[in-house]
Formats: sequence, C-alpha cells, structure tokens
Amino acid sequence: MSSNEAAKISVRNLNAWFGEKLVIRDIDIEIPEKQATAIIGPSGCGKSTFIRCCNRMHELVPGARVQGSIQLDEESIYDRSIDPVLLRRRIGMVFQKPNPFPSMSIRDNVLSGLKLTKSGRLKEADSIVENALQQAALWDEVKDRLNDPGIGLSGGQQQRLCIARALAVEPEVLLMDEPCSALDPVATARIEDLIHGLKDDYTIVIVTHNMQQAARVSDRTAFFLMGELVEYRGTKRMFTTPKDKRTEDYITGKFG
Amino acid sequence: MKHPHIDREYDNELKELRQEIMVMAGEVKKMIARAVQSFISMDTSLANGVTALEYRVNQYEMDIDERCLSILARRQPMASDLRFITLGLKMVTDLERIGDEAVNICERVIDIGSHSLANFYPLISQMAEIAQSMIHDAITAFIEKDAKLAKKVVTRDDEVDALYVEVINKLVDYMVKENVKQGFNALSIAKVLERMADHGTNIAEQVIFMVKGKDIRHSGESS
Repeated sequence: MSSNEAAKISVRNLNAWFGEKLVIRDIDIEIPEKQATAIIGPSGCGKSTFIRCCNRMHELVPGARVQGSIQLDEESIYDRSIDPVLLRRRIGMVFQKPNPFPSMSIRDNVLSGLKLTKSGRLKEADSIVENALQQAALWDEVKDRLNDPGIGLSGGQQQRLCIARALAVEPEVLLMDEPCSALDPVATARIEDLIHGLKDDYTIVIVTHNMQQAARVSDRTAFFLMGELVEYRGTKRMFTTPKDKRTEDYITGKFG
Repeated sequence: MKHPHIDREYDNELKELRQEIMVMAGEVKKMIARAVQSFISMDTSLANGVTALEYRVNQYEMDIDERCLSILARRQPMASDLRFITLGLKMVTDLERIGDEAVNICERVIDIGSHSLANFYPLISQMAEIAQSMIHDAITAFIEKDAKLAKKVVTRDDEVDALYVEVINKLVDYMVKENVKQGFNALSIAKVLERMADHGTNIAEQVIFMVKGKDIRHSGESS
C-alpha cells in the first residue's frame, strides 16, 4: 500500500485456530479505504477464516480462537469494549450462497439488520429500502413487488438482495466471501459491476477462487497459502509480474 | 524442468506455440543469410530463392497469431504465461518484417545486377554481420530465456546505427560523383539492415520483459 493511501483495516501478527489447528499464521496486512482488495489462494489456505476474523465471526465457531491485532480506523476490534453485533454492522458480510431469510419479503429482508438492532432509522424504512436496493442495482427489478418473498427471486437477484441487506445498515466495510461462486456468468457480471460502483462509498474485501474475477474487480490482491500471506500488491502487477515463485505457480495453474 | 501446468494440455499448447515460433525464426534466419549472401556474391539466383521463403514465413505469422488468440480466449493466461503469449504476438510481427526486409535486399540485389559496388561491401557487410548476429542472439535469448544475452543485443543496436551513418556519408558522395541509381540501391540495402537490427532489438526487449517482467523500452537502458 502506498503511503498516501489510508488503511481502513490494519492487521498485525494475526493467528487463528480451529481447536488445536493453526489455520492462519502471522498475518500482517493493511486494507486500503474505499478500494477493493481481493484475497486469493487454494482451498484451505485460510482466506475465508481471515475475513471472518475481520468481523469477529471466526470466534462464533466452537473451539475457534484468534490472537493478534485487527484495527478498524485505529480502533482495535477485539477490544473488550467492542460489541461484536454492532461491529458487524460496521463490517458487513455477503456469503457464498445467497441466503435471504426465506419467510421474509424482499422489503423485510432489506430491513432485517435494522430490525435486529431495533434501529431508530426504521422510521425512514421506505427510503432505506429504496436506497439499499438502488445501491445493489436491484431496485428496478423488484420495486413493484417489494412484498413478495425474497426467496422467489433468481439466484443472482437473491445475492444482490443480500448485498442490499448488508448495505441497509450502512456498513463501512463489506466483506464478500465467494459472492459469485453460485451464480451464472451474467449474474456474476452484475455483481462485479456493482463492486466497481460500491468502491466509491465502501471498503471491499472479496475472497474469490476465480483469479480472473480478482483481476477484474480488485485494486489490490493478497495471495494466501497454507495460512500464510505470501504476496500482497497492486492487482495489475500481481497478475502480470508476481514477485514470489509460489504466487507465479498458483496463478499460472502449476500448483500440484 | 520447472513445475508443469496441472492441465497438461495447456502445457502442450504452450510448447507447440514455442516450437512454431522457433521454426518461424529459423526460416527468417535463413532468409537473412541468403539475402546477405546474394548481395555479397552478387548472386541473383540466390536472391530469387528468398521470395519463396517469404510465403512460408507469412503463413507461420498467421498460424502463430491464431494460436496466441486461441490461448488468450480459452486459457486467460496469467503472469509468465501471459508475458509469453504477448511476446509471441509481438515477436511474430518483428520476424515477419525481418523476412520482408530480406526480400527488399534481394530486390535491390536483382536491380544492381552485375554493377560493382565493391567499395561499399566491407561497410555494408559489417552492418549485415552485426544485424544478423543480433537477430540470431535475440532468437537464442528467446529460446534459452536468457535476459543477459537479450540485453547484449539491445546494446549492439548503436553499432549498426553508427555504421549506417558512415554508409550514408560515403554513398551520398558516390551518388553525387558517380551513379545515383546504384548508390540508391546500396543505400536502400543499408537502410534495410539498420531496420533489421531495430527488429532484433525489439525482440530482445520483449524477451527481457518475458523473462524479467521488466519493460526496458524507451527507458534509456539500451544505451
């Protein structure tokens, strides 16, 4: 990261375990504000665990623990004074499979985060719904059927609904864990287009198995391998002239 | 051998592309050798033979372009593979143009016929020798992935440029005092050799980018 870019998330000496198994080792990384950062690496390299540490979801798994420091705007997210539920409003997450609440309408899905925290902003529910769906590029497709079940939408629309749900609570950071892996190429292109626009207002961290996707949507890319951060640099350089031989082998498809 | 690709068919496609570039380069080297020889020995029959090789080189250019596009479309190559494919696309253009330049030399040789330009042979032959060895070394650097050898090629371009200036000065004098048409033919050959050296330099610069990932074009590193 260059010196004139502000770090939104600063990670120092991060280690994470599932029981006795160390899955992330000594990670140091600075995620720049209002940029898209991609995390790539083979299955089991710790990339999903890493982003789950960033909004304190890792600790929800029984036996899982974290050591080290993660700061959001210079505030330690593992400080005793931090309420993890409120933290997850500031650092939202979109998951691999679209997971709208099946019993809720499109409108209620968008508002669910605010309802959960009994937010005073619910007075402005209509404008919040419209705004979040606009930002998620779904408004035009659903504005006439906001009371239909969210589960009735197509897979790509459901994923954009989940993004709208995450945006409705006005997060600062959006973590995306393989957000397109269950989507067809057209729906994938819509999400990628959306990411380009969201960068103006949010810091985005996207975990992806699809290197072309990382190359298309991100400003910086981090390569994880066996729990370690091997290389982290500007995406353009990463995919044309990686420094580390292990990165080169992985992105050219030479890993056994 | 470095790690092969997990998809062995991809490895084969890259290997075949590399081999075809090597074959094309071999044909181009033959064209230059014959063109230069035809000038030195004033052998118009040798000159005529070069034109036939041009057809094959053009075919290779189109085949290699198609292979590169196919790999780009189907494989979305990354890192050193991507640098290799982009080198392939650019290198065939330089090779094809070197072939065209060899044909240009032959056309001039045929036009010169039996007229003696012996006074200029040492200088032009020297240019030809350097240009030829630059192209030879640039191709070897590509085959061996040898960035050091490629760097040496780049530095030799200045030698050819200096000789070209010397040839111009002498030929202008010759054209004023003796024969404009033949002087022009000899000057054209010298110009073509200077262009060939430039194409050799281009290839060498591309090889450095392929091997090191560093673009030295227009950086002043060549001088």
